[in-house]
Amino acid sequence: MEFNPKIVAFLCNWCSYTGADLAGTSRMEYKANVRAIRVMCSGRIEPTFVLRAFTQGADGVLICGCHPGDCHYQEGNYRCLRRYLLLQKYIEQMGIETQRLKLEWISASEGKQFAELVNSFTETIRDLGPCKIKEIVNVLT
Amino acid sequence: MEQTKPKLKLAVYWAAACGGCCVSVLDVHEKLFDVIAAADLVFWPIALDIKYKDVEEMPDNYIDITLFNGAVRNSENEHMARLLRKKSKILLAYGSCSHLGGIPGLANFSTKEDIFRRVFEECESVVNNNNSKPLPEYEVPEGILELPVFYNDVRSLAQVVDVDYYLPGCPPQTDRFLEVFTAIVTGAELPPKGAVIGASVKAQCDECVRKKSEDKRIKKFYRPWEINDDGETCFMEQGVLCMGPATRAGCGYRCIKGNAPCRGCYGPSSDTTDPGAKMMSAIASIIDEKEPEDIKRVIDDVVDPAGTFYRFSLPTSLIRRKMS
Amino acid sequence: MKRITIDPVTRLEGHGKIEIFLNGDGEVENAYFQVPELRGFEKFCEGRPVEELPAIVAKICGVCPGCHHMASGKAVDAVFGLEPPPTARKLRELFYMAHFVHSHIAHFYALAAPDFVVGPDAPAAKRNLLGVIEKVGKQIGTEVIKQRRLAQEIQALLAGHQTFVVMNIPGGVRRGLSGQERDDIVERAKGFVEFSKFTLDVFDNYVLNNKQYVDIILNGPYALTLHSMGLVDENNKVNFYDGKVRVVDTTGKEMYKYAPSEYLDYVAERVEPWTYLKFPYLKKIGWKGFVDGQNSGVYHATPLSRLNAADGMATPLAQKEYERMYNTLGGKPVHATLAMHWARLVELLYASEHCLELAMDPEITGKDLRAPIDGIRGEGVGIVEAQRGTLTHHYHTDDRGIVNKVNIIVGTTNNNAAITMSIKKAAQGLIKKGTEVTDGVLNMIEMAFRAYDPCFSCATHCLPGEMPMILEIREANGELLQRIIRN
Repeated sequence: MEFNPKIVAFLCNWCSYTGADLAGTSRMEYKANVRAIRVMCSGRIEPTFVLRAFTQGADGVLICGCHPGDCHYQEGNYRCLRRYLLLQKYIEQMGIETQRLKLEWISASEGKQFAELVNSFTETIRDLGPCKIKEIVNVLT
Repeated sequence: MEQTKPKLKLAVYWAAACGGCCVSVLDVHEKLFDVIAAADLVFWPIALDIKYKDVEEMPDNYIDITLFNGAVRNSENEHMARLLRKKSKILLAYGSCSHLGGIPGLANFSTKEDIFRRVFEECESVVNNNNSKPLPEYEVPEGILELPVFYNDVRSLAQVVDVDYYLPGCPPQTDRFLEVFTAIVTGAELPPKGAVIGASVKAQCDECVRKKSEDKRIKKFYRPWEINDDGETCFMEQGVLCMGPATRAGCGYRCIKGNAPCRGCYGPSSDTTDPGAKMMSAIASIIDEKEPEDIKRVIDDVVDPAGTFYRFSLPTSLIRRKMS
Repeated sequence: MKRITIDPVTRLEGHGKIEIFLNGDGEVENAYFQVPELRGFEKFCEGRPVEELPAIVAKICGVCPGCHHMASGKAVDAVFGLEPPPTARKLRELFYMAHFVHSHIAHFYALAAPDFVVGPDAPAAKRNLLGVIEKVGKQIGTEVIKQRRLAQEIQALLAGHQTFVVMNIPGGVRRGLSGQERDDIVERAKGFVEFSKFTLDVFDNYVLNNKQYVDIILNGPYALTLHSMGLVDENNKVNFYDGKVRVVDTTGKEMYKYAPSEYLDYVAERVEPWTYLKFPYLKKIGWKGFVDGQNSGVYHATPLSRLNAADGMATPLAQKEYERMYNTLGGKPVHATLAMHWARLVELLYASEHCLELAMDPEITGKDLRAPIDGIRGEGVGIVEAQRGTLTHHYHTDDRGIVNKVNIIVGTTNNNAAITMSIKKAAQGLIKKGTEVTDGVLNMIEMAFRAYDPCFSCATHCLPGEMPMILEIREANGELLQRIIRN
């Protein structure tokens, strides 16, 4: 059976979720592997969310927020960026490929960019194969 | 001496442990006589000569409380965890190893194979031309010798059996142990099952006396030897990583008193089981940079995030071991 | 073959079991001391910043965390190419002497004294600290606990906590001493010296004045003729914190004297499939098997070996006691395993005297606690004497000081082969054809490993000698032939 990646995408309400919505209302076709989770701001995204997504079965995690300087809450996206970079370092130390976690800024008008992001990220994950975390975490050897 | 109440039957057992938790019980010093007056020690391998066979012969729930310290590293540890669960009314995970996995839990960065290879082949002083390795069963001329099976994963006690309470610390501060012991002996009402006792619900920062400002901004992280600690200012504000914000109080900020930053042995505070995730958040909040390149430069000085944030809690963190 | 299993060995830091095999004549064919635990510090320290190691490796042992912390601190200093300034070095030694005081006191009173003060043949119920107290006086138990506490508190003051030790930083220590704190320590140290002298009197009165015990020490089935290892200073006097490793042969002649960085030329470790603990031996002689004697590579690293390997003690009262011990026991070196108990008390006196010397040294309250950092060399070896033997920590790091290799040879590990051999010898000497394996026999086998102080000290009641031991004698197929239950 061919591997079909499961991807969780955390999207901020004001920019990236709206951008994703635009892709939908514009009837752009893009891969259906993403489960979208709307948060008010990318600054709401805690490392715990990302780690839980992986342990509960995600093969890849996308984080999208407003472009720097455009955050509805001023600074939230910068906090998100800092957490993301620290998370990258952490997951690498835990033997998880850093390509499985990606952050990209998507504005409310960037429906096309969102669709392209989902398509290319899905292929990246498909090439990487299923994420081992969910197997290992549930079985104690 | 008039006995109005039957003495508490107390057991203390160590799995993959160092003995420090047993020492912490003895560090009640002169109050030891009070402890012994209130409790009968029915099993304590480091101190008494009661054997495993004696425990197997005890009726179920015979022991009132077992203080189980040490992580579950091998088949003997697991067997004893299950045995003591059966024989004890209350099974208490005592100390960081049984609570969180502890320092032995750092072995989850590795595998059984890699550990054996390093310890029994590659260590600089080892001479092992036959590639000998410890085996669960080995035949010698006189018979067969057995050893416990070394598991690939280190586990906390709760990852093996049902645990009633957790008393954190590496080792638990003896005063906290005495408070808990006294409460139990005097018949005080115990908190709901699964509670962490002998520790605060707040973080270390709440008790630590180092000076903290309202506004932390970090442009660089330093290794402890890269600065001259002024002995007064919050470590984080001096740029030295301190796990205080993500760690329960209760130890009396003893490492800080020794002028060393906290490393999190008391475990995460009440709302989470993963202290590292919280710490990453905390650090990200105080880094004072916006450009990805600048942020990366600051983070580059966090040299061992997983090993620092999960020094005592790797097996019980969300990603409980390194992928191989 | 009949088999006697003792599982677990109790009153030991860590886990252990003993298997004794009897041949058809009812004599001991062989005995094995198995260590069933392994945690893997030599692997999981990789990837950690090297300055974190002193606190991490202190978790190898919760009874002697200070020992690992010191060996590690010195290895880390070497990784940075540093020597701590005099105040820092003296503070480390001060901590370390208090560490020895607490450990040696507790071991003697709770583990050793019952066998001698009360007697190996005395009823089991009396062979414990309470029995000792009954014989020597009630305030002793309280005094033992108090002296141990006074020593623990010194350690907590200097190192954050007596068990979670954080004292060392590359090139020095994190915390200095105020004048007031120093004055308090001076008073405590004076008390340690007095208590050490008192303890030696106890040993005199109850052991040395008793011909039966002296006979057991000198002629019981415990002697192993082994090479002796210990750390010595530049005058060849015993030093726990620093110096060179000196090894003397079974006749007491110096064989080797090496700096820590050279240890790999002298010590190698062997692996056996029936235990998780490795067996160090002298590399230049080679592994000749579980045998003692001049031609064997087996050595011991214990209080007795330290005294054998040195020319004397660096403090006056301890030196007098050192001379008295050797005069009494017939000269150097002494191979009587049980003499380790006496050697331990000589060391207790030295640690107490040295603690006082250091506390009264004007530099102890100095402010210069750290040598300036000047780059990373990337490799370092630190050796100290742990209470149980010579302790070696060896680290390699990358150029950022992140650890990539760790090698540790632990105090008791040095004695792994010797302990196995001592148990076998004791069993062979005590269990012969037709021997009824009694409680006394069991206790005397225990005395063989107890002398090495396999790491735990405990001052509670109901311990050594009460021996609720179960001895099972089984056929090779597991069928139970006889079960002896004591207490």
